[in-house]
Amino acid sequence: MSEEPILSVRGLKVSFRTDQGMVHAVDDISFDLDAREILCIVGESGSGKTLTILTILGLISDPNAVIEGSVRFRGRELIGLPARQLRRVRGREIAMIFQDPMTALTPVFTIGWQIAEQVREHTTLSRRAARALAVELIEAVGIPNPKGVVDRYPHELSGGMRQRAVIAMALSCNPALLLADEPTTALDVTVQAQILDLIRKLRADFGSSVILITHNMGVVAEMADRVMVMYAGRIVERGQRDSVFARPWHPYTWGLLGSIPPLEGERPHRLISIPGLPPSLLHVPAGCAFAPRCRWSRAACAERPVLAGSGGHDSACVLDPTQRRAARAAALGVLPGVA
Amino acid sequence: MTGGLPLLEAIDLVKHYRVGNNLLRRLNKTVYAVDDVSFAVWPGETLGLVGESGCGKSTLGRCLVRLYPVTSGQIRFDGTDIATLRPAQLRPYRLRMQMVFQDPAASLNPRRRIGEILAEPLLVHKRCNRSEAAERVGELLHLVGLLPDSADRFPHEFSGGQRQRVGIARALALQPQLVVADEPVSALDVSVQAQIVNLFLELQERLGLTYVFIAHDLSVVRQVSTRTAVMYLGSVVEIGPTDAVLRRPAHPYTQALISAVPVPDPTRATQRARIILTGDVPSPIDPPPGCCFHPRCRYATDRCRSERPVLTPYGDGTQVACHHPLDG
Repeated sequence: MSEEPILSVRGLKVSFRTDQGMVHAVDDISFDLDAREILCIVGESGSGKTLTILTILGLISDPNAVIEGSVRFRGRELIGLPARQLRRVRGREIAMIFQDPMTALTPVFTIGWQIAEQVREHTTLSRRAARALAVELIEAVGIPNPKGVVDRYPHELSGGMRQRAVIAMALSCNPALLLADEPTTALDVTVQAQILDLIRKLRADFGSSVILITHNMGVVAEMADRVMVMYAGRIVERGQRDSVFARPWHPYTWGLLGSIPPLEGERPHRLISIPGLPPSLLHVPAGCAFAPRCRWSRAACAERPVLAGSGGHDSACVLDPTQRRAARAAALGVLPGVA
Repeated sequence: MTGGLPLLEAIDLVKHYRVGNNLLRRLNKTVYAVDDVSFAVWPGETLGLVGESGCGKSTLGRCLVRLYPVTSGQIRFDGTDIATLRPAQLRPYRLRMQMVFQDPAASLNPRRRIGEILAEPLLVHKRCNRSEAAERVGELLHLVGLLPDSADRFPHEFSGGQRQRVGIARALALQPQLVVADEPVSALDVSVQAQIVNLFLELQERLGLTYVFIAHDLSVVRQVSTRTAVMYLGSVVEIGPTDAVLRRPAHPYTQALISAVPVPDPTRATQRARIILTGDVPSPIDPPPGCCFHPRCRYATDRCRSERPVLTPYGDGTQVACHHPLDG
């Protein structure tokens, strides 16, 4: 932990000018990512998780977007970096895997061409060497018959194969940081298991750090070293995986955990659901954004809670430890692993 | 199984599609979307249909309510075979079975108000006149937990979860006995998903509905279903009481499917034995001979490669289509 974090985000804000006023889609986010660490960002649609990593990559091109704060990658500031320099980082040092592999690949070129293009953009390899590397990468991500697949078009592959091809492309330059935005959401569970396995292997083989965005707490439990829960553009809880699952602090996290039907054990009569809907980003409450949906909201929630805690486990909630324990027991019953 | 007559029974149900537009029809290929499926659903229960994309679960669901014509086989609804009924004869049965679709945005007409959408089935089937329909719409909205003023609004004014409530209200407008729900929660956020799952359970208790609940998410299916059928490449490979199927899967595919579901508990996640299947689901255009799962199965033998297994009873009220079923 004494090592310098590979990525350091401070006070990141992404806002959009709209007809109806400013929309704060990412609202003051700070976090660090260590080398070889897998950080999972969880949240529902509109929580700002995708926008956060798009900003890291400098992929927000909307002229109405206002980006504030700092993103330091290996000590270098990425916000405000000229496009030409950013292009050298993007793809080579930081790679991204998108949710929908069909839109991440161009339909008019073969898989091999697309991987080789990426390689040639960032290295001095010859066309032939780049193609040979493409075949190797396709094999490395577990696609059978790599020599045949290299000349196939994206539509000729299944969803799982396409996602592997996208991962092969992301790996082509041995990135130090891999950003994965819901990489398995569009895939079946058995294929999801294969892809998650591949991402874990990546970390083991190449030592890459990974930011994995998901809405699936099951995926978090299997993959994360650390977890960050986002709600309405803010971090509401973050900490080591085991700590967050064993002693979740924020009522929203309780809601997320409670709304998943269990696969084993007693079937609950009703699932714990969070009443209401996530707020429209135009009307995020001034205080705690979750207060209108929270059973335990109180007067103090009118003020925006600070993200604080101990032992690397923070949450943005005004409940004190005693109140929190009682509320959590009421919300979730006794959690496995809690004494 | 439970006593009494089943409400819905599929017997040797087959749905094939011809693909390709070659003039020489024999050169066109056939997709075996639903391949010889038989099962029964008893009144008041929920049959969960699980499987991965392309396994034919949605096609099967749509065949059951005759949205698609079937190639062969019977669909017995309350004792009558509806698989071959002509549209006019089918009409009285249409009242009694309804469908909820996956994408509420696509299944609600964007140009019509919620009130009109909900009143339409009532008027089409001449269940009531316009003024009575308005009253009934109010009841329906209340039933699914929407505000009465929703009737004057358009689908785009609602969130995904609310739209799905409208989709459910529409399905319930004619007071059906059977509701076939095709992935009704998979397009929703987790917290909203839990609300809709709870709504399905509540409505079933209140109205005594029978569900066929199609989903790819095993934990959702476990929460709602009394019995579960697992599909693979157009066939049911295992069917039985949900607890038995999920706790002691007899088919290697069911076992792999369960083990692939990530559980939201780090201690369990690291302890659980994961079976990672290799390869993809084969194409239903050219299904492998014998057991369709054999190319991905750890236990496959020569017999699996040549002889297609049929569903056979296997204790606990389950049936499994496997030559070498696993013993729990």
